[in-house]
Amino acid sequence: MGKTVLLIEDEQNIIEAVSFILSRDGWEVKTHANGQNAMEAVRAREPDVVILDVMLPGKSGFDILSEIRAEAQFASLPVLMLSARGQAKDLEMAERAGANRYMTKPFSNAEVLDAVRALVPS
Amino acid sequence: MGALNVIVLVSLIYVALLFCVAFAADRAAARGRGTWLRSPIVYTLSLSIYCTAWTFYGAVGFAARSGLEYLTIYLGPTLVMVGWWWTLRKMVRVGRSQRITSIADLISSRFGKSNALAVCVTVLAVIASTPYIALQLQSVTISFAAFAAVDPTHTGEISETGVALWVAIGLMVFTILFGTRNLDANERHHGLVMAIAVEAVVKLFALLAVGVFVVWGLAGGVEQTLARIDASAIARWEVPGSRWVGLTLLSAAAFMCLPRMFQVMVVENEDEAHLRTASWAFPTYVMLMSLFVVPIAAVGLDLSPMGANPDLFVLTLPLANGQDGLAVLSFLGGFSSATSMVIVAAIALSTMVSNHVVMPVWLHMTGGSAVISGDVRAVAIRARRLSIMVILFLGYLYFRVSGGGAALAAIGLISFVGVAQFLPALLGGLFWRGANRRGALAGLAVGFAIWMYSLFLPSFGASAVMPQGLLENGPMGLGWLRPQALFGAAGMDPVVHAFMWSLSLNIVVFVFVSLISFPQPVERLQGAQFVNVFDHSAPSGGWTGGLAQSEDLMIMAQRIMGAQEAQALFGEAARAQGMSGYLPEPTPDFLSRLERSLAGSVGAATAHAMISQIVGGASVSVQDLMAVADETAQIMEYSSQLEMKTEEQARTARQLRQVNEKLTQISVQKDAFLSQISHELRTPMTSIRAFSEILRDGGEMPPEGQRRYASIIHDEAIRLTRLLDDLLDLSVLENAQIVLSLQDGQLGPLLDRAAVAAGLTEGGMEMRRDPEAERVWLHTDTDRLAQVFINLMSNARKYCDADAPRLDIRVAESDGQLHVDFIDNGSGIPASQQGTVFEKFSRVSETKAGGAGLGLAICREIMARLGGGIDYLPGQAGGAFRVYLPVGRGAAAEAAQ
Repeated sequence: MGKTVLLIEDEQNIIEAVSFILSRDGWEVKTHANGQNAMEAVRAREPDVVILDVMLPGKSGFDILSEIRAEAQFASLPVLMLSARGQAKDLEMAERAGANRYMTKPFSNAEVLDAVRALVPS
Repeated sequence: MGALNVIVLVSLIYVALLFCVAFAADRAAARGRGTWLRSPIVYTLSLSIYCTAWTFYGAVGFAARSGLEYLTIYLGPTLVMVGWWWTLRKMVRVGRSQRITSIADLISSRFGKSNALAVCVTVLAVIASTPYIALQLQSVTISFAAFAAVDPTHTGEISETGVALWVAIGLMVFTILFGTRNLDANERHHGLVMAIAVEAVVKLFALLAVGVFVVWGLAGGVEQTLARIDASAIARWEVPGSRWVGLTLLSAAAFMCLPRMFQVMVVENEDEAHLRTASWAFPTYVMLMSLFVVPIAAVGLDLSPMGANPDLFVLTLPLANGQDGLAVLSFLGGFSSATSMVIVAAIALSTMVSNHVVMPVWLHMTGGSAVISGDVRAVAIRARRLSIMVILFLGYLYFRVSGGGAALAAIGLISFVGVAQFLPALLGGLFWRGANRRGALAGLAVGFAIWMYSLFLPSFGASAVMPQGLLENGPMGLGWLRPQALFGAAGMDPVVHAFMWSLSLNIVVFVFVSLISFPQPVERLQGAQFVNVFDHSAPSGGWTGGLAQSEDLMIMAQRIMGAQEAQALFGEAARAQGMSGYLPEPTPDFLSRLERSLAGSVGAATAHAMISQIVGGASVSVQDLMAVADETAQIMEYSSQLEMKTEEQARTARQLRQVNEKLTQISVQKDAFLSQISHELRTPMTSIRAFSEILRDGGEMPPEGQRRYASIIHDEAIRLTRLLDDLLDLSVLENAQIVLSLQDGQLGPLLDRAAVAAGLTEGGMEMRRDPEAERVWLHTDTDRLAQVFINLMSNARKYCDADAPRLDIRVAESDGQLHVDFIDNGSGIPASQQGTVFEKFSRVSETKAGGAGLGLAICREIMARLGGGIDYLPGQAGGAFRVYLPVGRGAAAEAAQ
């Protein structure tokens, strides 16, 4: 049984692209399309790694990450942040919120795959 | 029964009558009745104390000796009353507002409440008045003697000094009884004034009666009288011009400066308006008094034995002709003249002596401790009574020493010149703010010294006080310093000579010293109050207790709190008391409020001290107080300057902060905009890159998947292009770089074109239009307007969520504006988002796919350029937008300018 990725992202095309890439690599991809209830999704799916968009409807990715880190069982849950905002301060905010990795859109597929693989050692 | 006994009896009855009048008037006044007590006629009659026994008896003697010269004595006051009544009015107003008790008080108050000046004026007044009082005693005495001379039952000489002593004692008792019943010197002596008014009537009546008797009874008619006058020396008497002018001026000056005149004119004044009446009534009275003077003199000279005293013609003419009744009346007239003058003079002088000499000395000796206890009142009254006794005794003493030898008029004139020395300080104080204490003191001293040297001391007769040699050759043989020919002015009348030199040097010194020395703060303050008395005091009818105190408090408060605040505080308090203006009664309530306010500036202890100094009638260190206030004002000014600077800095800081906030806001907006654009651009690019990589890398993939990924790439590329177009469009619109291409067009075809472009003609959405209304012509940039229509139509097409979507396009004209409403039947825009729907990147729903949220922002910019606008119309069935623009040719062009 492969490892589980929870993809929290609102843009339909990107969900489809990332899901395709990771599924082909043997990951089980679960998706959640908005900021609200993201925490419930994390608890319910118990993913091995989370890919988290920053600009989400309802709640920002940074807030969701803070909530994840606030719970002891997810303190070391690997989180990869994706953002369409490429400014330096976003990177800082991500690090402070406890992101393991931060990538700016548009990304290369290989980069995402490598990053997810690196975050979850087999 | 002898005539002398009769006259003694009549005198006693007359005095008893006066007692009754005075007593009744006092009672009426105390009960608040007797408005007749305050009539201008009573005031005018009280002024008649100017006409003393000297006038009653002496004027005839004067006329018999010097012809018409006696008229100058009446002319002076008449000129003052008629031509200078406004000066008197100012004196009365000042007296009122400053609670002045005497002329010494007025002069000292004006010049910084200087006690030295008050003492100086008091001493001078006492010295100058003493001969005058002696003169009255003498006139009463010789009138008794005249009766004694014709009294067959009386044997031997009557003791003149004995009569004078009894008269003096009688006047003393009367004056003490009616003059010192109240402590407050400013309190009017109603009873006394009434008694004086009665006496004024008596003396006028007596003189007129004697006159009538002389003209018609003795001379045998007007014609015979005139013939006698023509035949007498009076007609040929030539009055030297200098003496005429000099005596007129002298009597005018004395009228204003005599302590007793000040007493009745200012202190006893009830109402300023009375002066108006007095200004004609008093001259009339004086004219009547002088009417028969010349006939009596002429007839008296004719009919009396050689060597008869012309001063007594008024009395001796009726006596010699067996008219005993008339003689008694005449005696009463003279008696009235003498007593009223002595009484008022004694009151006026005693007030001055007790206030400015006795009280300060006593307070100094007791160390001021008595101020707290209640004995001030008793002491003041005792001091005043004692002063009256001393003054009358001095008069009696002078009478004894001088022996009553000199002619009555001469003594009167000596007094006049003495009191005239007050004139420069008095008038200067009232009209010249530059006048100061040093000037007044110096002027008075010089004038007084010259008067003593050139007139008063020589008047005792050669060798009496001054050695004969001094009078003839001057001191140490210096001829130009001869007392009666100063600076070589020989050959002048002694009175005119003394008057000229004393007054002119007094004025010169007063002005000169005032100019070269600086006034103290209190003087400046008082100077302003006196000179500008009409600016800040209301001509109130009755005296209101503490207004002067309130004014002092106001001045003090203004210095400490600043004018505006003080005026606000006082004005409010005055209104609360139901008064207008800024001077409330100094009630305990008001005082404690004021104290609290002042305490805020100077501390509680100082504030309390200041107020109690003013309210408690401080006699000490008003200067210190003013100095404190000045210092405080300086400190306040300094701190207010600091405050201003601080405020300036604060204002600059505030402006900086505002600019900073604005910049921050702009920066935040810019950041938000950039990150929005970044997001909008990167999102499609992410899809494009991801799918293109998938396609490039190949691998297992169903063909439909490949097609699907390719079409996503295509769509996202188009979305990207559209976004860039919109951004550019918006940028151009926002920076007003667009050039409108205005043309005429009808609304209908424009909407047709837009509908096609928005895809509404492809079906799927019903359109309801009004072709009739759409015929309206527009002069505008039709392409841009069509762009707005297309945007709204495609929004409706994309977002209308009704089962049978429908778009109503309604056209209406109102107030020169064309309204085009686009109303669909969908769920519309939630109220919470209606406000932001025209903002950049605002999207109603995240789930609904669409543009970047720039369409409506662009519409808004376009409509603004076209001179119209676009609004969301709430309360319609579904989504509803109203586009409005001006109708008519050129409207858009104008708006676009």
